[in-house]
Amino acid sequence: MNEIKTPRGGSNYQWVGKNTPRPDGVDKVTGRARYGDDMIVPGMLHGKILRSPHAHAKILSIDTSKAEALDGVKAVVTSADIPDHPMAQPPYPPIVNDFHDISRNVMAREKVLYDGHAVAAVAAISEEIARDAIKLIKVEYKVLQHILDPREAAQPDAVVLHEDLFTYGVEPKPTKPSNIFRVMHGERGDLNAGFAEADLVIEREFSSQPVHQGYIEPMACIATTSEDGAVELWTSTQGHFVQRTLLSKLLNMEMAKIRVTASEIGGGFGGKTTVYAEPLAIRLSQKTGRPVRMTMTRSEVFRATGPTVGSKTRIKVGMKKDGTITAGEAEIWYQAGAFKGSPIGRAVDTFFSPYTVANCKAAAYDVCVNRPKVAAYRAPGATMACYPMESVVNELAKELGLDPVEVRLKNAVKEGDESLMGTKHGRIGLVEVLEAVKEHPHYKAPLGDNEGRGFAVGYWLHGGGLSSAAVNLMDDGTLGVATGNPDIGGSRSSMRAMAAEELGVNVELLKPIIADTGSLGFSYLTAGSRTTYATGMAVVNATREVIDKLRALAAKKWDIPVEDVRWDAGQAIATDNYKDIKPLSLKELAGMATSMGGPVAGHSEINASGQGATFCAQLVDVEIDPDTGFTSTKRHTVFQDAGRAISPDYVEGQMQGGAVQGIGWALNEEYIYDDEARLQNTGFLDYRMPVASDVPMIDTVIIEVPNPNHPYGVRGVGEPPLVSAPAAVANAVENAIGQTMSDLPLSPPKILAALHAQAAGDD
Amino acid sequence: MARHLINAMVNGDRVEFVCGTGQTLLDVLRGELHLTGTKNGCGTGDCGACTVVLNGRPINACLVLGAEVDGSEIETIEGMAQGGELHPLQQKFLDHAALQCGICTPGILKMAQAYLETNPDPTETEVRFALAGNLCRCTGYDKIVRAVLDAAAEMRASET
Repeated sequence: MNEIKTPRGGSNYQWVGKNTPRPDGVDKVTGRARYGDDMIVPGMLHGKILRSPHAHAKILSIDTSKAEALDGVKAVVTSADIPDHPMAQPPYPPIVNDFHDISRNVMAREKVLYDGHAVAAVAAISEEIARDAIKLIKVEYKVLQHILDPREAAQPDAVVLHEDLFTYGVEPKPTKPSNIFRVMHGERGDLNAGFAEADLVIEREFSSQPVHQGYIEPMACIATTSEDGAVELWTSTQGHFVQRTLLSKLLNMEMAKIRVTASEIGGGFGGKTTVYAEPLAIRLSQKTGRPVRMTMTRSEVFRATGPTVGSKTRIKVGMKKDGTITAGEAEIWYQAGAFKGSPIGRAVDTFFSPYTVANCKAAAYDVCVNRPKVAAYRAPGATMACYPMESVVNELAKELGLDPVEVRLKNAVKEGDESLMGTKHGRIGLVEVLEAVKEHPHYKAPLGDNEGRGFAVGYWLHGGGLSSAAVNLMDDGTLGVATGNPDIGGSRSSMRAMAAEELGVNVELLKPIIADTGSLGFSYLTAGSRTTYATGMAVVNATREVIDKLRALAAKKWDIPVEDVRWDAGQAIATDNYKDIKPLSLKELAGMATSMGGPVAGHSEINASGQGATFCAQLVDVEIDPDTGFTSTKRHTVFQDAGRAISPDYVEGQMQGGAVQGIGWALNEEYIYDDEARLQNTGFLDYRMPVASDVPMIDTVIIEVPNPNHPYGVRGVGEPPLVSAPAAVANAVENAIGQTMSDLPLSPPKILAALHAQAAGDD
Repeated sequence: MARHLINAMVNGDRVEFVCGTGQTLLDVLRGELHLTGTKNGCGTGDCGACTVVLNGRPINACLVLGAEVDGSEIETIEGMAQGGELHPLQQKFLDHAALQCGICTPGILKMAQAYLETNPDPTETEVRFALAGNLCRCTGYDKIVRAVLDAAAEMRASET
C-alpha cells in the first residue's frame, strides 16, 4: 500500500524500509501501556491547582489558611515556594529559557497574566478533597486592562504586561518597557529592484488564531521525594532529560538527585516540551514527604498549557509573467502569550525558503499578550508563515494564468541554494516532490460543482542535536536498545530497524526501550523531527560498537587479528585467508562473551549535525456548501521527501496525521475569548478538532531523496505535513469560492459572509 | 459525600466496590479497580477515550456514575483479548499501523467492537460516523478506518 518513489534507485536493506509490527503495539491495543496518569504509587496524594479567573491582574494577597485547615489537606504551595530567578540577559540565543519567566509561568508571582494562570496548588488525600480545598483559597486581585491582539500589543501606547521587558535588538536601547521582546530579520538582494522587475505585485494581510496541540492525554505526573533530597518523577513528556535540566535550575537542585522517567506519552505534538505541574508536584511532595500525582483536566490543558501562536501578517510578493518570483517582503507578529519566546526565527526562515527569490526581506515580532505562554506545535512558527506566502503565490499564479505546480518548479530551491536564515542546502528533494505531484492522478482529476483544489508546499529544516543510545547484548543473543527519546510517532520501530539492519539479525531479537534520566547520557527533546535522524545516528553508532566488540571477540576466539574478521548478516566471518574457520553467529558469540572477557554493550553520545531541509506538498479538494458555508474535504494527497522511510507505515501515519491536524487548523480550530479575555471554548465540544467523519482517506506519496549525512539517508518526517496543510486547504477554499480568504480558521460563518458579499457585489 | 456499595460484573469477574455519589464509572474503573486501560481524555464525554461497553452498549465511562452500575455487566479493554489471543480488531490495528501514541486506541477498539456487533458489514462512511465520537489526534483516522473494515471482513469470514 505504501507508495514510495526513490529517484536514486531502491535499496537492498532487509529491515530498513520494511513494515514490522510496532514494539509498543500489543501493550497499546490491550490497555497495558502506562501513561502519565496510569501510575499508582502507595501513599500517593492528589494535587490540584487553583487558577486565575482574570486575564491580567495584580495579586494583592493570597490566604491559604482555610484550605490548609481542611481535613485531608496535606500541603499548599504558592509562588513563595518556588525560587525566584533573575531575568536572562542579552545576548539572547535563538530560544531563550528564562527561569525568571518559567518560575512565573508555573506559578504566578506579582501578577496573573492569563485566564487559567496557576496561583496556588494543594495536595490532599483524595481528588475530591483537593478540589474542595482550592475553592477555600482566597485571592485578592486588582484587575488590570488586558490585551490579546499582537499588533495592538505592539503599539507604543499599549498596556504593558512586563514593566521590566525592553525590546531587544533595537538601537538606541528603549527607555520604555514594551510588549515586543524582539524582532528578527532576514534580508537579501534589492527589494525595490525586485518589485520593479515584477509584472504583477500582490500585497495582502492575513491572520491566524492560536490552536492547541490537542493531544488526547492531559498532562499528568507523579513526584516522589525522599528525606535525602532525591526526587523521582514519572511524567508524560517529550523530553525527560530536558525536564530534569529545567527542574534542576528552576528548583535549585542537583541534577543527579532528580530522576525522571518518561511515561508512555498520549500525544504531544510539541505541547509537552516544558514543565507545568511538575515543579508543583515536586514541591508538594517535598512538603508532605509523600508521592503527589497531578493530572490536569481538559479545561486546564486548554487554558494553561501553551497552544501555538496566533499571528498577523502583511506580505507583498512580485512575479513575472513567466512565473519567476522577483521579490517578497513580509512582516509577521506572533503572540508569544504571557511570556516572551515565540518561534519567530522559523517565521523569517519559512516565508520564502522554498523559492529562489533573489530579493526578499522578512521581519518577525515576538509580542507578549494576555494568553497562555505558547508552546511548540508541530513545525513551530512555520505554518503561520507558509499560509500567507502560499496563498499569495496561488493568487499570483491564477492571475497570470500559470499552473500552480509549474510556478513552484520554476522557483524551486536546489542544492547549493540558501534559506533566508542562512542554511545552505545540501541535497534536497523539492523538485522531486513537485514532479511527483504532477505525475499523480489527483492533480488532473476533474472537480465537481462548488469544489476547489488547493495546492501548497512547505519547507522545514528538521532538527539534529544531542542524543544518546545504548545497545546491550544479552547472553542468549537478544538485545536491548535504549534511547532517551520518548516515542511519539513510532521511533522505537525505527530505532529497532536501524540496529537490526546494522547487525543483520531479525528485528524480533531487539527490544527497544526509553531509558530514564539516570540510565543514559543526555538526550534532547523528541521534537523538531529530530529523533529518527539524530537519535537514529546514535543507535547506529552504538550498534557498530557492539559489532566491533563481537568482531574482537571472534578474533580472540580464533586467535587471529581483528582486522581479519568482518561482520556480515549477523555473523563474524574470517577473511578468505582462513578457509577452515567457520563463521560465528551473534547468538554463539553472545553465549561466550561473559566467559571470554565480559558483557558486550555499545553506547553513543552525539551532537548530530548535517540535518537537512524537507519539503512537503499537498493537494486538497474541498466542496463548499453554498447554503451554510460548510467546507468538506473530499480528497487529500500528501507528497513528502522522507529521505529514507525507515518504517513506511509510520511515515505515512505522520503525513496523514499532520494533514488532518492541518484541516482542523484551517477550518475549525481557534481559541475564543470573551470580553474579559476568558477562554470560552475549554473543551473538545467547542474546540472542534477533526473527527473521523470530517475527513476522507489521506493518500500519501513518500519521495526518497536520501540525506547523505545520515547512515540511512533519513530526513525528519513529523512536522513537514503540518507546514503546508492549512495553506493547501485554504487555497482549495479560495479556488472553490473565487475569493482570497485571509483569516484562519475558515469557519462556515466566514465563508458564508464571503459568499454573501460576493453575491451582493455581483448584483 | 454518601458512599455506595456496588456489585457489578467487569470483564466476566464479579467485583464489589464502594464509591462516592459523585464518582464516575471512569473514576471507579481507574481509581478503585485499577483498570487503567480505559483512558481519561476530557471527562466531558467529548473524546471517547473512556469508551467501555455497559450492558451491551458502548458508553463514555466519564458520563456514567459509579453508583449507577449496580448489577451491570461492563466490558473494558482489559477483557478484549481472550486466552492470550488478540481480538481480530486488536490484531488488525497492529497490522494496519492504526495507532501511534495509543491513548485513544482502547476507546476506539471498544467502540468498534460494539459497533460491528450491530453492523458486521459497514461501509467506510458508516465506520467513520460510528467512530465520530472518538477523537484521535495522531493518525488522521485513515489507518484506523482501514483496520476496522479489514477486521470486519475477517470476522464475517470466520462466522461463515
